[in-house]
Amino acid sequence: MTRYAGNAAALRALVREQEVHRDVYVSEEVFQLEMAHMFPNSWVYVGHDSQVPNPGDYYGTTIGTQPVLLVRHTDGKVHVLHNRCPHKGTRITSETCGNTGKFFRCPYHAWSFKTDGSLLAIPLKKGYENTGFEQSHAAPGMAPVRHVRNYRGFVFAKINDGGLDFEEFFGESLSSFDNMVDRSPVGQLKVAGGVLRYMHNCNWKMLVENQTDTCHPMVAHESSAGTVVEVWKKAPPGTKKPMAVEIIAPFMSPYEFFENMGIRIWDNGHGHTGVHHSIHSDYSAVPGYFDKMTAAYGEARAKAILDENRHNTVYFPNIMIKGPIQLLRQFKPIAANKTLVESWTFQLVDAPDMLLERTLMYNRLINAPTSIVGHDDLEMYERAQEGLHSNGNEWVNLQRLYSPDEAEQTNVAVNGTSEWPMRHQFRAWTKFMTMGM
Amino acid sequence: MSMVAEAPLKNAVPTDQELIDFVVREARLIDQQRFDEWLDMYADDAFYWMPLEWNQTDPRLTCSLMYEDKLLLSIRVERLKGARTFSQKPKSRCHHVLQTPQVDSRDAAANSYVTWTPIHYVETRLDEQALYAAWVTHHLSVENGKLKIKLKRVDLINCDAAFGNIQLFM
Ligand code: FES
Ligand SMILES: [Fe+2]
Repeated sequence: MTRYAGNAAALRALVREQEVHRDVYVSEEVFQLEMAHMFPNSWVYVGHDSQVPNPGDYYGTTIGTQPVLLVRHTDGKVHVLHNRCPHKGTRITSETCGNTGKFFRCPYHAWSFKTDGSLLAIPLKKGYENTGFEQSHAAPGMAPVRHVRNYRGFVFAKINDGGLDFEEFFGESLSSFDNMVDRSPVGQLKVAGGVLRYMHNCNWKMLVENQTDTCHPMVAHESSAGTVVEVWKKAPPGTKKPMAVEIIAPFMSPYEFFENMGIRIWDNGHGHTGVHHSIHSDYSAVPGYFDKMTAAYGEARAKAILDENRHNTVYFPNIMIKGPIQLLRQFKPIAANKTLVESWTFQLVDAPDMLLERTLMYNRLINAPTSIVGHDDLEMYERAQEGLHSNGNEWVNLQRLYSPDEAEQTNVAVNGTSEWPMRHQFRAWTKFMTMGM
Repeated sequence: MSMVAEAPLKNAVPTDQELIDFVVREARLIDQQRFDEWLDMYADDAFYWMPLEWNQTDPRLTCSLMYEDKLLLSIRVERLKGARTFSQKPKSRCHHVLQTPQVDSRDAAANSYVTWTPIHYVETRLDEQALYAAWVTHHLSVENGKLKIKLKRVDLINCDAAFGNIQLFM
C-alpha cells in the first residue's frame, strides 16, 4: 500500500507543530522515502579525512542505505564514490578500509577504475566496439557523489544536485566542529581508538531526538548513573574520584542543572545542548594540556576554547558530536525499525594521551553494546518502537516549552529542557523530505 | 542450584586441577547469577577486559567493549539488583559451555597462573537469544590461601561485529 510516495501533502501532514505521527517511526514506506529524498537532499557525514591519509586509501560506508566509498585520489583530494561496479553492480572493495593503490579493480570481471571513479580499462575491450558503449550508464565508471565538502577534516556529501549549498545548510552550527578541532594545539584531529558498533531495533530518529532529550537521564539512567552515585558514596573519605565516576555520575544531575544548561537552535534541524555548562564541565584538568594550548593560542584564546562546554551538537540528519571529548556518533538507518549506531573517537593531535584515554573510557562506558548506560537507553527505544503500533493514539508528543512563534526563529538559546530541538528536527525533516517533490 | 562453597587450596601452590576447577566455578556462579560470590573471586586490583579489536594489545588507547576494575564490576552487580533497572525487567539469563581449561603457564615464584578456555556463551531475554563464541584467558594468583582473578580477558571471535545488548558476563 502506498500512501506517501509522491504525496508531499500527506508527508507534511505527519508533522504538526507539537506532535508527529507515528508513521515517521514505524512506516517502512516513509523510511524508503527518507532514503530516496531526505538523505539525498541533505549533507550527510561520510567520514574523516584522517581515515584516508594516503593516495589510494579508501573507507566504505553508507549515505542513508546507499553504499559509498571515501577515497583519497592520486592528486591528494578526497572523493566520495558510489560503491558499485558500473558493470553488474558488484561492490568494488572487499575490506571496510584499506589501500587500493593507483586504481580499483572489480573482482568479478576485472574492469578497473581510477581513484576518482573514472573508467580505466576493460578486458577484451574490443567486444564493446560499435555497441554504443560510450553512451551507456557504465561508460563513465564508478559514479561519483558530486557534492563533497571537507570541513576541517570532516567530509560531508550530498547526493542530489538540488537542495542547499554547504554553507547554507550548516550556517552557524559549524562552530561546534571548530571548537572540537581547535582543542588540538595544532588544530588537527585524527580518528583513533576504534569504532564501537551497536545495533538498535528502533528507528534512527529516536536516537537523534534522544541527543537533546535532557529530561531522560535522571530517570532512564537512574539504574546505571544512580548506582554509580550510590556505590561511590560508600568509598572511604578522601578517596580520589575515579575517572569513571567523573564520567557517569553527572547523568544524575537534577532537572535544574539541565534547565540551566540551555539549548541552542540553529537552522535546518541543527542545534546543541550545553550553552552554559554541561555534564563535561567538571572533568579534572589533564596535566600539561593547558600549557600546550596556551603556547599555541595565547592564554585568553586557549581559555575561551576550553571554556566552551557544549554537550551534544546534533547535525541533521544523522550525527551528533561532543566537542569537549572529541566523540562523533552516527545513526545509520537500516530499516524503519533498525539502526546501526557507530561511535567514533578522535585524538587531539599534539595533546596529552590522557585526553584520548578519557574519551575512550567515556565511549565504552556510555556507547558500547556492553554499556549499562546504553542498555538503559536501548530498552526505552525498543519499547517505544513496540508501543507505537498501538492504534489507541497515533501521535508522539513533542510539546514541552512550545512557543507559537518558534518556527520563524533561529540561532536562539532557550531553556535546556525544551523539546524545541526535536520540533526543529522535524521541521527540517519535512523540508528535506518534500524538497523537489 | 546449590554448589559447595569454594574449597580452600590444599597447598600454597595450586594444582592444575585446582586452577581448572576455579575457572569452571566462575562460569557456574555467573550462570546461577550468584554475582556477589562471583565478585569475591576477583582480586581488589582485578580487571575484566573484553577487547574490541582482534589481537588487541592496548586497553588504554584502543577502545574495548569492557575494561573494568572492581569498582565498575561492583556497580554492574548492584545495578542488576535495582528496582528501576528496566533493561533487566524481565531479567536476562545466561549459559556457559566451556572446553576444559588449559593451563598455559604456571609460575609459583611470581604467584602467577594463566589458563585458556574456549567458550560458547548464550544470553537470553524475552524472545531473543544470542550465541557468542570466545576465548577466555584467566590470569590468577593466590591471596591468603585462595585463588583470585587478576585479569580476565574475553576475546570474542567476532569482537568487531555490531552487537545488540550484552548485559551479563561471559
Ligand atoms: S561486475 Fe564488475 S567487472 Fe563485472
Ligand atoms: Fe540516555
